Amino acid sequence: MADRKTGQTELLYVTSGDMYQPYSYSLGRLGAEFLNTIKEEKRFLGARCPGCNRVYVPPRSVCGRCHMKMEELVPVSDEGEIVACAIIEFGFVDPNTGIARPVPYGTAFIRLDGADTALPHFLDSVDREKVKVGARVKAVFEETRTGKIMDIKHFALIDQYRRPGGSNGFSVE
Amino acid sequence: MEKVAVMGVGQTSFEREKDDTFEEMVFEAVQAALSDAGGKIGDIDNVLTVSNDFWDGRTISSMSVMYAAGAWDKDVSTVEGDGIFGAIYGAMRTLAGSFDTTLVVAHAKGSMGRMNLITNGMFDPIYQRPLGIDATMAAALQARCYMERTGATEEDFASVSVKNHRNGCRNPHVHLGMELSIEDVLRSRKISDPLKLYDCSPISDGAAAVVLANERGAKRFAQKPAWIRGMGHCSDSYTLGYRDLANTRALQAASRKAYGMAGIADPLKELDVVELYDAYSYMELLWYEGLGLAAEGRGAELMMSGATCMGGDLPVNPSGGVLSAHPVLVAGLARLAEAVLQVRGDAGERQVAGAKTALAHGINGACGQAHGVIVIGT
Repeated sequence: MADRKTGQTELLYVTSGDMYQPYSYSLGRLGAEFLNTIKEEKRFLGARCPGCNRVYVPPRSVCGRCHMKMEELVPVSDEGEIVACAIIEFGFVDPNTGIARPVPYGTAFIRLDGADTALPHFLDSVDREKVKVGARVKAVFEETRTGKIMDIKHFALIDQYRRPGGSNGFSVE
Repeated sequence: MEKVAVMGVGQTSFEREKDDTFEEMVFEAVQAALSDAGGKIGDIDNVLTVSNDFWDGRTISSMSVMYAAGAWDKDVSTVEGDGIFGAIYGAMRTLAGSFDTTLVVAHAKGSMGRMNLITNGMFDPIYQRPLGIDATMAAALQARCYMERTGATEEDFASVSVKNHRNGCRNPHVHLGMELSIEDVLRSRKISDPLKLYDCSPISDGAAAVVLANERGAKRFAQKPAWIRGMGHCSDSYTLGYRDLANTRALQAASRKAYGMAGIADPLKELDVVELYDAYSYMELLWYEGLGLAAEGRGAELMMSGATCMGGDLPVNPSGGVLSAHPVLVAGLARLAEAVLQVRGDAGERQVAGAKTALAHGINGACGQAHGVIVIGT
């Protein structure tokens, strides 16, 4: 409302309304094979760089360090260790469902055995004594899988510990 | 002044819909540019990426292609706009002396989003977006303004479409090379009056890259340098309502600056080939005027004279232009790549015989809000 006598005007805002921008993201051959193998076989694959032999999980097409194309997929374990973790306490709308994920929940970057990079996912625990860098975890898959990263339900903590930093000689960067 | 050259160029094919990821397209273009330059990624001192978050569907879209761009352990900077502005910024970074060599790479996957929504997003959200304005609707307004001011006709626009689509038949990178008649264009589906389907560029997927070097850096590469003789860029008003849409003052300013540096007094005579940003057919006529190839209001006359056809005095868009493939953001860098191939004599079937001096032009923003011009020569 505007009151011309007092010069007072109610300030206004315009929202973007219900418009949304849908996108279609191509996974490329390696990404498609990674998700299809999880869906069909509950197994993980990584891309191996022909230059430095590093194994990238999830796979990508180019090794940035060597600036080389990666073509080869190699199997990696469904077990690994936490290299970074957090227990999330604030509500956040899940982009897949539009529904806020209940808090708290555990999330981590996990280096699977045989991989040199870390894969982000959820954890089955919010136990601060157990959710730690170096903790061992194993993938738990959904019963119904559709070829998306959420075909992995979460990673479950298993009662084994390894020294933080891992033992395969590579640091995650 | 210190000089800067384009040492290598690379383009992927431009297609309606590519299955490749951004990373794969960028890697292909970068590898092609390095191979053309006769160098390797270790010869590159810094990297400049060109991308736009709305088109990519991710924020800080530039960062996600750093592996493919060869930016590991290097400084990477970004231009969010057409690739010609990336090349100009890259040339400046090279001239500034901080880096002897610069790799510029642009990518776009128009097929993954929705052009109308994305280009609607470039307009003011309060007063303009609710009207549904997008790039093509804005272009139709500009085309009509141009017709009113100059008397240019839909047939004149159609003749640009016929020329450029025909030229596209000789360019293996583009997907819309074809033989059309004026009638085919005039009878094609109405998109936004006065523009018909064949007056409008397609939305394409692809990537392009160029390697830039100063005189010191140029020695790292086996390829012969294509020197940047002049460059200029200038912006007009963001708000279309503040602009005379049929006036090309930003392009006039950009091109005059480039001509001044290059020592060009009469561009129509002194240039051998022009690659300009014909996102819509009418734009080519308007840009003729802005580039000083035709007097104000005489763009159509230049077109009808045949001078800008292959075999004419100044062929324009021998590559088929943006009408034959329009990877948004990439298209201006592709114009530069084509200009470089022309002055080196490496343009294959689309080569303009004896080309020594070429002009590349790119635009950014609705109706060519900003213009970038590079004059290149051996």
